[in-house]
Amino acid sequence: MTRQRSRQSSLPWPMLALAGVSVAFFTLPFAGLIWRAPWSKVTDILSEKSVGTALWLSLETSLITALISCIFGVPLAWLLARVNFPGRSFVRALATLSMVLPPVVGGVALFFSFGRRGLFGQYLNDWFGIRLPFTTAGVVIAQCFVAMPFLVLTVEAAIRQLDSRYEDAARTLGASRLYVFRRITLPSIKPALVAGMALAWARALGEFGATITFAGNLPGTTQTMPLATYLALESDPEAALILSMLMITVSFVVLVGLRDRWLGHQRNDLVS
Amino acid sequence: MRRLASLVMIPIFGVIFAGCASSDDTTTSLRIAATSSLTEVFNDVGEQFMQANPDITIAFNFASSSDLALQISQGLPADVFASADVKNMAKVTDAGLLLGQSVAFTTNSLEIVVEKGNPLFIDSLAQLADPSLLFVTCPIEVPIGGYTAEVLRNAGVTVTPASLEENVKGILTKVALGEADAGIVYRTDILAAGNSVTGVPIADNVNVTTKYLVGALRDSQNQDASQRFIIFLSSEQGQKIFSQFGFGPA
Repeated sequence: MTRQRSRQSSLPWPMLALAGVSVAFFTLPFAGLIWRAPWSKVTDILSEKSVGTALWLSLETSLITALISCIFGVPLAWLLARVNFPGRSFVRALATLSMVLPPVVGGVALFFSFGRRGLFGQYLNDWFGIRLPFTTAGVVIAQCFVAMPFLVLTVEAAIRQLDSRYEDAARTLGASRLYVFRRITLPSIKPALVAGMALAWARALGEFGATITFAGNLPGTTQTMPLATYLALESDPEAALILSMLMITVSFVVLVGLRDRWLGHQRNDLVS
Repeated sequence: MRRLASLVMIPIFGVIFAGCASSDDTTTSLRIAATSSLTEVFNDVGEQFMQANPDITIAFNFASSSDLALQISQGLPADVFASADVKNMAKVTDAGLLLGQSVAFTTNSLEIVVEKGNPLFIDSLAQLADPSLLFVTCPIEVPIGGYTAEVLRNAGVTVTPASLEENVKGILTKVALGEADAGIVYRTDILAAGNSVTGVPIADNVNVTTKYLVGALRDSQNQDASQRFIIFLSSEQGQKIFSQFGFGPA
């Protein structure tokens, strides 16, 4: 997030050429999908009940994940950015470790902690009768584990960039840390928060490995769109292409919409 | 997603393999795409084959039969394809990618897999119908899912699965971790899993015999080596290794 206005005329051509390659690299796979998708069968495939079920489950779980990531991730980001405590870099590394962990391994790790025989899961099961694997709650846990770091990193960077003098001034005027956070920090980082939530949501929407490992795959309960798409590749590759197109469209619309509605608007404010 | 990654890897492997072939003219590098349920036995088969044929080195590519069938149709560079079922071999044959006919070289059968020590005392297929029991299987498109459905149908048992896993390993992992109570897998998987799980035999009159098929791929430049490998699988020496790992004769 830069506050400087970028001037196209001053961009050197090697940069433009390389940027062009990047754009092509991200565009071509989608062009390939669009090219191969069996458009004549779109209505047949999309009207299947199982598709609606998977799409709805995906939207439901990924939105809950974005919300939970916000509730728990923002305080964590604030802690990492503003509070100097021993082992801070250790905690930051821990909180972002799941980004580099192969999701399937992440799913197995979730078993070891929250599964029926896991470190904590066994007590959830014995004392409260709560079982997470093979449930929709398990899907959300798997998505949060993989997606929350995206929000934490985005929001932490934004809080670090904030001029802490505003917060300090409010503190000297007698405001509590919580009040400062609510009235000064939070409003200032709103664009980053929205961006972080969008990233976490998008990551959760596409989550596959941790979900199928920890939550399993059952239509209506744990079968999200990525799982339905992957498994359709086995039986009906054409349906898989259409399902991917549907997911791409949904996330593309939301991501573009969010940027225009929140980020574009906010950035203009800062520049003007 | 994993599949996209492997599609990206194909050209890279192609370059690597091409490099191997050109750098050394005296040995042939034979690329074998095989179903993951053959991983352990094929590693032994490969070793013995290379001892008997010092001019050939083998590189295995293990994945689910359906993944491999798709990848081969997308140009996966391979000389031989070994499938866990007839259906996925048919995909490759029907696409005209096989040279001649595929042949059956070994068989397998199914067993109920339960948590180590069988804490729920499961001893029959009928017990799998208990709705409180966490039973995991695969979608019927995956070979093991189709076979499981067939066995349950033979026994007249209806189950409510807790999950439809992507492959056999998914079933084994969940049962071994104690997160699922039972599943149905290949007999050889339970043998290979050692003492991390327990197997419960299925009565012969309802069990199925699954066939493994192998064929040489048409686009291969190593047809001679391919044929020698395929013949080795059915040889006395080859069949001995299969029976050591719990597989049956073709």
